[in-house]
Amino acid sequence: MSYLVARIVAWFRRSELDQDLDQELQAHLSLLIEENVRRGLSPEQARREALLKMGNVASLREAHRETRGLPLVDTLVQDLRYTFRILKRDTGFALFAILIVALGIGASTIVFSVLNTLLLRPLPFKDADRLVWIANKKCVPEQTTQVAYILDARRANNSFTELAAYFAYYNIGDRKLTGDGDPERLTAVPVTQNFFHVLGVEPQAGRFFNEDESGIDSPTTVVLTDSLWRRRFGFNPDIIGKTLQLNGKAVRVVGVTPASFDFTSVFAPGSRVDLFSPFPLTPETDSWGNTSAVIGRLKPGVTLESAQAEFDILGTRLSAEHKSNGNEFQPVLSSLKTYVTGRLRLALIVLACAVGLVMLIVCANLSNLLLARNAARQKEIAIRVALGAGRRRLIRQMLTESIVLSGAGAVGGVLLAVIGTRILTRLDAIRIPLLANVQIDLSVLTFTLAMAFVTGLTFGLIPALQVPAIRVNETLKDSNRGASGSKKNSWLRSALVVTEVAFACLLLVGTGLLIRSFLRVLDVDLGFQPERLATIRIDPSSNYSTQAKRNAYFDEALQLVQNTAGVEACGLTDVLPLEGDRSWGVAGVGQVYERENYPEAFVRIVSNGYFKTMGIPLLAGRDFTEHDTANSEQVIIINDTLARRLWPGQDAVGQMVTQDGGRRVVGVVGGVRHVTVEQESGSEMYLPMRQTTDFSAVELVVRTSLPDTSVATTIREALQPLDSNLGPKEFRSIQQLVDKATSPRRFVVMMLAGFSGFALILAALGIYAVISYSVQQRTQEIGIRMALGASARRLQAHIILQTLVLAGIGLIIGLGGSLIMTRSLAALLFGVNSYDPASFIGTVIVLIAVASIAGYFPARRASHIDPINALRSN
Amino acid sequence: MAETKSEILQGTLDLMVLQTLAAMGPMHGYGIARRIEQLSENALAVNQGTIYLCLIRLVQKKWIKAVWGTSENNRKAKFYSITKTGQKQLKIEAEGWERVSGVIGRLLQLTPGGKTS
Repeated sequence: MSYLVARIVAWFRRSELDQDLDQELQAHLSLLIEENVRRGLSPEQARREALLKMGNVASLREAHRETRGLPLVDTLVQDLRYTFRILKRDTGFALFAILIVALGIGASTIVFSVLNTLLLRPLPFKDADRLVWIANKKCVPEQTTQVAYILDARRANNSFTELAAYFAYYNIGDRKLTGDGDPERLTAVPVTQNFFHVLGVEPQAGRFFNEDESGIDSPTTVVLTDSLWRRRFGFNPDIIGKTLQLNGKAVRVVGVTPASFDFTSVFAPGSRVDLFSPFPLTPETDSWGNTSAVIGRLKPGVTLESAQAEFDILGTRLSAEHKSNGNEFQPVLSSLKTYVTGRLRLALIVLACAVGLVMLIVCANLSNLLLARNAARQKEIAIRVALGAGRRRLIRQMLTESIVLSGAGAVGGVLLAVIGTRILTRLDAIRIPLLANVQIDLSVLTFTLAMAFVTGLTFGLIPALQVPAIRVNETLKDSNRGASGSKKNSWLRSALVVTEVAFACLLLVGTGLLIRSFLRVLDVDLGFQPERLATIRIDPSSNYSTQAKRNAYFDEALQLVQNTAGVEACGLTDVLPLEGDRSWGVAGVGQVYERENYPEAFVRIVSNGYFKTMGIPLLAGRDFTEHDTANSEQVIIINDTLARRLWPGQDAVGQMVTQDGGRRVVGVVGGVRHVTVEQESGSEMYLPMRQTTDFSAVELVVRTSLPDTSVATTIREALQPLDSNLGPKEFRSIQQLVDKATSPRRFVVMMLAGFSGFALILAALGIYAVISYSVQQRTQEIGIRMALGASARRLQAHIILQTLVLAGIGLIIGLGGSLIMTRSLAALLFGVNSYDPASFIGTVIVLIAVASIAGYFPARRASHIDPINALRSN
Repeated sequence: MAETKSEILQGTLDLMVLQTLAAMGPMHGYGIARRIEQLSENALAVNQGTIYLCLIRLVQKKWIKAVWGTSENNRKAKFYSITKTGQKQLKIEAEGWERVSGVIGRLLQLTPGGKTS
């Protein structure tokens, strides 16, 4: 140890120690000379013999340095110094190499940071690997469970330390905050008292709910999220214990969640939550049906499988016990992480593979450039060999150059990644979980560092191994070009270009398939027309205390808006498409179904005009009118799917359903994609808003011919007499909802398209470089051909053909690979299969076109070669 | 080549330097080289400069130490002397050397008959 320290110290004191050695050697030499003189030699001879006896002082000094210092560091410093000199001489090449490495590593780093957050790192909770999502298979797609089952499962299970839940049917903007400052619609999530405890979250101020704070409908306490505390209350700690006015009722703030806890990024990506209120587990909430999303924390030592086994039995038993209330409990357990990110797993892996391909193309491209440079540097290298540079030393020098290049590129890449991830975390319109948590942390930087090293090594290795093959004598003698290695060299370079084209082909086919899927998704008939639709929440305030008053409010609101210039149609609904769903059991009067087979339908409470406004086609019967009130016949409108389900082959209009003690079907409408854009609509039913109280939100939907900018102000002015508290920011367009629903797909497609574009450019550059080089190498041959009468046109055709052969080989390999690889994409595709001919043919066309262009420029240059100059120059 | 020779000799040279310093007290590089040359009957007469590679290594290992002094002909020169750790090391190496030379010696006495003469 101390020996190593001594050597490190010696390395830093090298000039001083060199002087010491010189002095010693001087003394030694003079003593030797004196002795020789004493032996009777002449002074001159004495000196010469002494010098001989001493040995070569220069190499001794070198050996001394190596013995006492750090020879590895010395050579590294030397290599680096040489590298910088070389790269300075060739700035264009260096900048280009650094740029493409930066782009490649930047892209890889961004993808890795996303992958790291979503797949590799645990969820941002305490002991997150023990958290389990307990879905109820009987309630698709929300997977929610009835309160009674939660209470029973809590008591009966042996797998979990605790079970917690949140009310999954909270509405965005449910709570209107009034009082100091502008009125604002806030979103509150009702959570069970132990919810935060199960997740292992501690309040950053105040406390979370206690057992007593559970009252129905009027939660007296709330917990603020960090973002609301910051935005609305400026981190004021006095907020704890203060009273806020929510929906006209006083609630007390008891605590604030920490900044690290982001409910939406885990459970509801792409949305915003401001508050938490207590969700009581009581007979009242039980009567609401399947409403709760359940999570649990496994006891130490219990596996997911054994918990699932226990819950299989438990579910059957409890379902039998609760047979009377209709809902079933069929628990399906998965780790919370799988629930949150599982759906994106494949897409992320595809992105990672794509970025890996891009890096390979980057490496092939740079290898190619370095090979070309080697050809130009043969003389320099031959001189170094002649001066005694060993094979290892030369290879090390070459690798140092490539690693320095990729290191510099990596620095740029990290900068790009920092910018990229910063943009990603701000994209709150993308429905991808945990995106806000993406960051460049230590593990990402480690990845980048490793990436830089591996990249440099990969693209530097082939060129470096080529170096020792240079034949010193021939190269130094031959004043023309280094003819020796060039055959093998150009073969290698062609192989690299073929590789690039093959990889680019793989990427393009994959991207093509996903782009086509995305276009198909955009083309889906949603069942409604999302263009030019604006929406705003206009829940009646608590002043409208009776149904009659509320109906009058709806009449007036619809009237006011309808009479506004530029409004084509308007209507009301409790839930917008793609924003949330609840489903109820429904049957025709007199029909009998098995419990497992009981028809269910998504429920929407709407007003007259809603179908027209949304562009949902009325297939039979009539729309609701303002006269469908509590005093008239109870009516319902169903979609065609439900009509076929309940009365196959019959006319549904005029039939009775069991809903609310009997409702008459007055109309049949088309299906609407309510869950996801990709998913077929199931059974749906619509109840008139004036005949029920079973809704928790009122969304006004307006179809206008007004420009986007003035919709908000116009509608606000129109509604002024009714409600002066509508914020301009509360307007949304239905198109935004659709865009948000397709945003994960859009995200993946955009990333892939970017990668493919980059890969295409690199492949084009690779082809261009190789063909240019071969033209340059064959200047003489071309000159002779021209002198012998070859036409410029034929020459061009010949060179372009050569290009196309290279691209063709790459294409064949790439297409073959694609046929195998794209099969694993199947789960991401929509409306196209993995052998989609359009994607394959499109790829072929694009690559051939790009290759032709890349080959055209060198071909044109070749045809302009002056045969006399070409033959004369040697 | 010279490299293989010095590799073999490196350990031996260390031992010789240590022993010389232990027996003769502080000396400068020239003196040590001269001494070894005389004792080894020029068998180790490589270029004398290489002694400094051995010396710096031993200094860094703290087996010997060096102080600046003045040589017989009034030149500034480093005088080396053995340290306590150096003494210990010398003992270890000397024992090792004797054991090896003993083994080699016995080996060389083996006769074709298989018995020691």
